[in-house]
Amino acid sequence: MTSDFPILSVVTFLPLVGVLFILLIRDSAAVFNIRMVALITTVATFLVSLFVWAWFDPQNPGFQMMEEAPWLGGFVTYRMGVDGISLLFVILTTFLMPLSILASWHAIGNRVKEYMIAFLVLETLMVGVFCALDTVLFYLFFEGGLIPMFVIIGVWGGKRRIYASYKFFLYTLLGSLLMLIAIMAMYWQAGTTSIPELMRHPFPGGAQTWLWLAFFASFAVKMPMWPVHTWLPDAHVEAPTAGSVILAGILLKMGGYGFLRFSLPMFPLASEQFAPLVFVLSVVAIIYTSLVALMQEDMKKLIAYSSVAHMGFVTLGIFTATVQGVQGGIFQMLSHGLVSGALFLCVGIVYDRMHTREIAAYGGLVNRMPWYAAVFLVFTMANVGLPGTSGFVGEFLTLMGAFAVNTWVAVFAATGIILSAAYALWLYRKVIFGALTKESLRSILDLDGREKAILVPLVALVVFFGVYPLPVLDVTASAVENLVNDYQAAVGMPADTTVAAE
Amino acid sequence: MPVYPVPELGPAVPEIVLAIGAVVLLMLGVFMRGPRVVPLVNALAVGVLVVVGALLVIRPEYGVTFAGAFVLDDFARLMKVLALIGAVLAIVMATSFARLERFARAEYPVLILISAVGMMMMISANDLVAAYLGLEVQSLAAYVIAAINRDNVRSTEAGLKYFVLGALSSGLLLYGASLVYGFTGQTTFAGIAAALAGGEPSLGLVFGLVFLLAGVAFKVSAVPFHMWTPDVYEGAPTPVTAFFAAAPKVAAMALFVRVVMTAFEPITTDWQQIVVFLAIASMVLGSFAAIGQRNIKRLMAYSSIGHMGYALVGLAAGTEQGVQGVVLYLAIYVAMTLGAFACILAMRRNGGMVEEISELSGLARTHPVMGFVFAMLMFSLAGIPPFAGFFAKYFVFAAAVQADLAWLAVIGVLASTVGAYYYLRIVKLIYFDEPTRAFQRMPNELRFVLGVSGLFTIFYVFIGAPLTSAATTAARSLLT
Repeated sequence: MTSDFPILSVVTFLPLVGVLFILLIRDSAAVFNIRMVALITTVATFLVSLFVWAWFDPQNPGFQMMEEAPWLGGFVTYRMGVDGISLLFVILTTFLMPLSILASWHAIGNRVKEYMIAFLVLETLMVGVFCALDTVLFYLFFEGGLIPMFVIIGVWGGKRRIYASYKFFLYTLLGSLLMLIAIMAMYWQAGTTSIPELMRHPFPGGAQTWLWLAFFASFAVKMPMWPVHTWLPDAHVEAPTAGSVILAGILLKMGGYGFLRFSLPMFPLASEQFAPLVFVLSVVAIIYTSLVALMQEDMKKLIAYSSVAHMGFVTLGIFTATVQGVQGGIFQMLSHGLVSGALFLCVGIVYDRMHTREIAAYGGLVNRMPWYAAVFLVFTMANVGLPGTSGFVGEFLTLMGAFAVNTWVAVFAATGIILSAAYALWLYRKVIFGALTKESLRSILDLDGREKAILVPLVALVVFFGVYPLPVLDVTASAVENLVNDYQAAVGMPADTTVAAE
Repeated sequence: MPVYPVPELGPAVPEIVLAIGAVVLLMLGVFMRGPRVVPLVNALAVGVLVVVGALLVIRPEYGVTFAGAFVLDDFARLMKVLALIGAVLAIVMATSFARLERFARAEYPVLILISAVGMMMMISANDLVAAYLGLEVQSLAAYVIAAINRDNVRSTEAGLKYFVLGALSSGLLLYGASLVYGFTGQTTFAGIAAALAGGEPSLGLVFGLVFLLAGVAFKVSAVPFHMWTPDVYEGAPTPVTAFFAAAPKVAAMALFVRVVMTAFEPITTDWQQIVVFLAIASMVLGSFAAIGQRNIKRLMAYSSIGHMGYALVGLAAGTEQGVQGVVLYLAIYVAMTLGAFACILAMRRNGGMVEEISELSGLARTHPVMGFVFAMLMFSLAGIPPFAGFFAKYFVFAAAVQADLAWLAVIGVLASTVGAYYYLRIVKLIYFDEPTRAFQRMPNELRFVLGVSGLFTIFYVFIGAPLTSAATTAARSLLT
């Protein structure tokens, strides 16, 4: 499908149109109008982004719907495009945004105007990250996203919001600045900032090591990998619900996306050289943070640590550089985007009612909230990786990839699944089951229509992709195969001829 | 008696117009009486500066004149325009302040004009003597301006401190210049370069170079010659601080660039070490020392020290890209700084000016637009994309990476992470904290300056192309 219509730019910048409309609402007390504008904008963006999916040709492993324009006096080019790897992240972003806006409908009561503006700007920057095909443009979106998130955590966050927002900002900034230096070095080496051209440029082995490390610094923090994950629990706990959803659902995925877009295709030699390191860090993340999650008293913190563990599977899968592993990594990211986002929404729902996230403050909710209990159960199971939910597919594929590369890594990683069952079921039992003994919980209400509207699509998708993952795998297959083949050719091994998980 | 031909005056017409204008306005200020004199002189001074700027923009006469001592090229033209913008806005931003703080004196615009003449001479200097003359004209006017609030102890102290340390640095510079002259027999930059071409520089010449650069480093307030900056910034009246933070920095940096890139081009490796040291020291000290500041003007002083360090990273590369980076950096720095000072000047309650950073609490609620622009300026100063400050850093770091100074760029990004911390502190105050009492309504001229600076900074992504190409032309003109 070729078209001159700049659909990617439209998807990217459509939220800014919503910002303009919100700015036109002079009366900042008209919160309903502001919320509606934000909701309509994000829904419209989602619908437009579906066209990207519709026009996308899954057989073509290259970039599609490319746009190019000279920018800033020609030293960089405005270059957009999607391939099988990035497309679904764009959809995930535009899909989660309306849900986040809905989740903030009543939860955010003060400074609604600024809040919605921050979210819409954030959406532009996030979509931009996945569409950018120029390193400088990518960096611009990648780091620009820090500003709205910093404000969201800092203004609408919990008690320790200031500490959390600083930590989030400075950690990520330091990592990304090192990546910026690497981007410059690549420019002087290859003479271009175009990502497709850089992918074809053979960087010499020594330079690859340094460049890989610089990119790793950025993406490992973003991902986050153990031991640079410590900003995440703080940020999650303090962020408002929708902020956590976006943080877990999309911002974390930028790290994994970065590995797939830069580290593997551009520095294959270094990737191979450092793969054992990544495996060790991933396995430590999976086991250690799962154990840490077992000890948490705060629901959000528990889910935050479980996110770190799940991201361990992603890095593990990606750096196996097998078709299954990479496919599994991508699938795991998409699934985690839905599941962890949904779990944070679930926490937000009881938080809105009781204003506490202490696990000990709950218990026996199933008596008063049967709908809630059912929905929460689906997401808990998906988090554990129960077959039939989307969580299973990703973990299974990454473990398959890992097994082909290193048995021990697969064995240790697999124990993580058991641990995740332990903490997730423990959380579920503590919150949902047991007798309803707490006085304050006796009058708690079940999900209302708005909350159902948020959660039902998520439940449907989690189950749908768990049973029938093909729509996702079809989109990613040819791009991943291409990536893996190039990688294997670069490191001088016979190409893995296994056809994508079909 | 030999008859010397009258030098070609064309390239120097803007300076001549400005100097005559300054003298005439001084007469006007001295001999006219009445309450309307000060506004009149202010307006005329702005007019003169605008005319001079227009002369430079519309019909610049490129060339070298005064026996090789004065040069006008694209580089000089762009830097002069920047310096003139800084000077004009220093006068404009002072109008309400002058009225409210009983600071209305006709000398202020006149001294700014004289200082501008000096700055333009510095930028165009192509000879050690001309450089020194320009620098002194600029500095002497600046010493007086710093102390212009003569009934105020802090202002007087600032002027005195600035003068004593400035005189010392002038001495260093002169001593260095004399050594350079002694060992090369030349004062013109081209002559020095020719004398140095081919062959190791003598030890005496290196000494001269060090002293010369130390003198210039004082003017750009690079560490370790920065000690005067926080005190002078804090003590001087705020519009004066805004002036010091912008225009003279441009002039001094332009002189710095021209001296090392033309006169000492053959011994690049020698001065490169000095510039690298200055850059690292400035970036690191600027970042760390700003953290503890509570006065916004002192904070801006350390911020400007840090920013000069980043600009010097570009110069340290010693390449055309590096010079381009420095030019862009200065242009963007001037825009951001003037916007920030417009906000600082608007920090006024019934009791007068306030300068504590904590007074900014909740600004986003009491003054939403000002709070927003100020916060975005802070992000830009921290170098966060998509704002202009990011591109400034991008160009200087990219030049450093290209010149095999990637480690310097790494130190730079580490320092800017630390720097981000204190810029974030201001954002935190503006957005996260509960509001205190509101400030008075922002005067119109400050709104204008803040608006222009904010638009430039936020929308640089879309409109930066002309500036980028202008910087490219400027860098090329310097090196050919």
